[in-house]
Amino acid sequence: MNESAQPSRPVAKLALGPAWALFALAVVLIIARPILPDGLMRPAEMLILPLADWINAFFIWLRDDLGLIHVTRAFADGIEWLLDVTANILYGKNRWPRIGPLPWIVTALSAACLGYWLGGVRLAVLAGGTFVWIALMGQWKWAMETLSVIVVAAPFSVLLGLLTGVAAWRWRRFEAVLNPILNIAQSLPHFAYMIPVVVFIGVGPKAGAIVTIIFSVPPMIRMTLLGLRKVPPEVVESGKMCGSTSWQLMTRVRIPSARTDILVGVNQVIMQCLAMVVLASFIGMPGLGQKLLQLLQALKIGRSIEIGITIVLLAVALDRCSKAWAERQPVHHESGTGWAARHRVLLTWVGLTMAGFALSAEVPFLAEVGRGQSLSVANPLDAAMSWVIVMIDPVTQWLRWFLITWVLIPVRDALLWLPYTAVLVALAGAGYAVGGWRSALICLGFFGYVAISGWWDRAMITVYTVLVAVAVAASFGFPLGIWASRHEKRAKRVLLLCDSLQTFPSFIYLIPVIMLFGVNDVAVVGAVVLFAAVPLIRYTIEGLRSVPESMIEAADMSGATRGQSLRHVRLPLAFPTIMVGLNQSLMFSLFMVIIAAFIGTQDLGQEMQRALSSTDVGKGLVLGFAVAFIGLMVDHLINRMADSRRRALGL
Amino acid sequence: MTAGLRMVAGVAALAMAATGALADSEDPIIIPTHNWSSQIVMSHVVGQIFESMDNSVEYVSTDSQSVYESVRLGDVTLELEVWEGAFGASFRAALEKGGLHDAGDHNAVTREDWWYPMWTKEACPGLPDWEALNACAAAFATPETGEAGRFLGGPVDWLKHDQERVDGLGMNFKVVNAGSAAALWAELGAAEKTKKPIVLFNWTPNFAEAVWPGEFVEFPEWVEGCDTDPSVGPNPDKTYDCGNPANGYLKKAAWDGMKDKWPDAYETLTKISFTNPQIAEMAKLVDIDEMEPEEAATQWLDENRDVWEPWVN
Repeated sequence: MNESAQPSRPVAKLALGPAWALFALAVVLIIARPILPDGLMRPAEMLILPLADWINAFFIWLRDDLGLIHVTRAFADGIEWLLDVTANILYGKNRWPRIGPLPWIVTALSAACLGYWLGGVRLAVLAGGTFVWIALMGQWKWAMETLSVIVVAAPFSVLLGLLTGVAAWRWRRFEAVLNPILNIAQSLPHFAYMIPVVVFIGVGPKAGAIVTIIFSVPPMIRMTLLGLRKVPPEVVESGKMCGSTSWQLMTRVRIPSARTDILVGVNQVIMQCLAMVVLASFIGMPGLGQKLLQLLQALKIGRSIEIGITIVLLAVALDRCSKAWAERQPVHHESGTGWAARHRVLLTWVGLTMAGFALSAEVPFLAEVGRGQSLSVANPLDAAMSWVIVMIDPVTQWLRWFLITWVLIPVRDALLWLPYTAVLVALAGAGYAVGGWRSALICLGFFGYVAISGWWDRAMITVYTVLVAVAVAASFGFPLGIWASRHEKRAKRVLLLCDSLQTFPSFIYLIPVIMLFGVNDVAVVGAVVLFAAVPLIRYTIEGLRSVPESMIEAADMSGATRGQSLRHVRLPLAFPTIMVGLNQSLMFSLFMVIIAAFIGTQDLGQEMQRALSSTDVGKGLVLGFAVAFIGLMVDHLINRMADSRRRALGL
Repeated sequence: MTAGLRMVAGVAALAMAATGALADSEDPIIIPTHNWSSQIVMSHVVGQIFESMDNSVEYVSTDSQSVYESVRLGDVTLELEVWEGAFGASFRAALEKGGLHDAGDHNAVTREDWWYPMWTKEACPGLPDWEALNACAAAFATPETGEAGRFLGGPVDWLKHDQERVDGLGMNFKVVNAGSAAALWAELGAAEKTKKPIVLFNWTPNFAEAVWPGEFVEFPEWVEGCDTDPSVGPNPDKTYDCGNPANGYLKKAAWDGMKDKWPDAYETLTKISFTNPQIAEMAKLVDIDEMEPEEAATQWLDENRDVWEPWVN
């Protein structure tokens, strides 16, 4: 790596000429704006392709002429059958096998046993406690509706991801096709997926499950592929020497060796499933998400926060459990240990379950927490919210006025004022500067699509919101990250806060920001900033903390002050990691801006929302690709920059 | 005990199936619910009526615009609240494609228009007259609208022509569109805390009436053709120079297949008709009394037997 960096450096320096030329051209286009022909200001009518019509025609052909709808509906019926089984067991939906619902105490005890088996007492308390909280807060039925979908969607997604990952590992050509698809799929906004699902599957729990599967499968594929790649050839050799068939090699040698990576994939799948809980309720997924939206609609913030806490708790419990599973090594008992001694946890679980069933038959409270018996912290939460809103009203009023008049409107107008040609040329220049002609073409291609999609102005509004939000987030995220990275304990606390903020359902933020700032761009930026700040803080902390001790000591020895050590040693070394954070921050913001359409925006998100409500597949996908391509372009630029920096640092 | 009941219900259903093709199918009737309380409670009320007729019922939450596509395809069986103003366009579009039909009107009428909560009157005593509202536009000014007053409209896809009305009547207002109904309530809730004057889009029947007392702004009365013919209404050169109709319809829609699959339930559906106070009462049970929709429906059915029993054969 180091050798290759040496010759590339002078080349990079020499090659910056064309980049400057492109930037100069962009400036010329901007200066010449008053005399620019219309065709260079905005894409001409004839350039804008009727992509939405083409996609719609294609989908109608798929659905009606090819009869794909029968295939998808049959598949969906299969999923529905599974969902009915879990729904019956977990909350007693009137379907086969008609044995449910399980008393909540049994489910909670089972979760605790599983937690204990995976990670000891702490996990047992976390997993069991989560279910006790759900029951006591009177959210049992909704949580079980949600879980009944997740317990079907997550294993399905894992299996699908595993098979696809193995196929991609086996056939290079398949991987070459799959890779760009995965890239786009991971940067498409959620709503864009949902429209085709409504057309092909319909609405309801099955649609919720399928949209969750589609959304959660890409990380599983990637982790499987990564894990299989990392299997050392020696291990495979020894497998071969034992005379394994290729099936045995795969199931007994490669997959077990790749276990840790694959289980990280499983963890990712679970987290993605929980992230979809609220969004999937737009197409009929029942449970916590649906209830949350209803409560928000009626402005019951306290009770929606309770549901938000439940979702965070579920996410944390499942995350810790699956991580513990990934790290767990097989236990080998001494030979001659009895069956009972080897399966102590299993036996305890059986015992506790029996006791749970018996107790709940006696004490109805342990089977189902009835109405009026549940606890609630909603009233104090609501009171606190109102108090805060009234107290800081003068500050928010001023902030709102200041940001709108001096920041938001000028930036937005400036971006809209730019000729599209200037933007494209400047982006090509930026691409050239980081990665030569190839990158310049990639940037041009991605953003050129936005121009010909016919949504230029709206895309610029999306870009403006993201830029402002990330800038605001950086203004407090970097200092906070630097401050937090000084001490191990502080860093841990801030990271935990970041995790919780991120899993907390984004919709809940929308209402308080409107109450604080009103329906305008300040509220939109406010909602996005929280999401933009999380990765910035996290990666700043992680980047700074992973700087080798020896480097810092070396700086201290040469008499550097704390500030100098930070500026000249720690920050430069952490730079590539911080860039990863910036990249994620931009991605999260893009996703959140789309959701912020529920506040009221004039960007791509608003059109996406319209496409969803009119089930317009073509329009939804055209807009989705526009968002995805903006994201992919940023991703490309930043990755390139971070890579060359890393190479220069010799990391 | 529940198992016993289920058995009885199962036997009854079998017996009915045996008596002839007229009995309702055993498949569940799928009722869509949306994200506002009166509709959810009404769906459960009707669902429980169907259940009392030995039908099985399931609820599925869906988007209130895309639901018509689902009714058309038979993914959901019916829709109980088709608002003329809000969903008329989606409903008619689906009607044209075929697959669903109009299953009759409710007694209730719907009205959607500019509306203000009572505390606004302190800042603008001449209300509800629209000219008085226009005179105190400054009281409604915000940073993003500058000197002009702000009218907080519903989401753009509700297609409300507020901007056309502002132009047609020459009002000193700017329209800012919220992105969702929840955004409207959030602004209203925040305005309440500081008693800030606000004028926004609202409709009846709606839970907001019970939470925030208020009134509709009185615009020049709606006349047929006001939206298409410039000469109608006070401004001879512009359309939409009038208020919205004060009595829009509230319909039920049904999947075409429902009639054959569940003839009895369909028969009942066509008879069902709620009034404005009944709908407001349903919303109140959930939004003010904090009941769950299922319980609210059960209670409403208990208290209003004389209303719904005649609908069931």
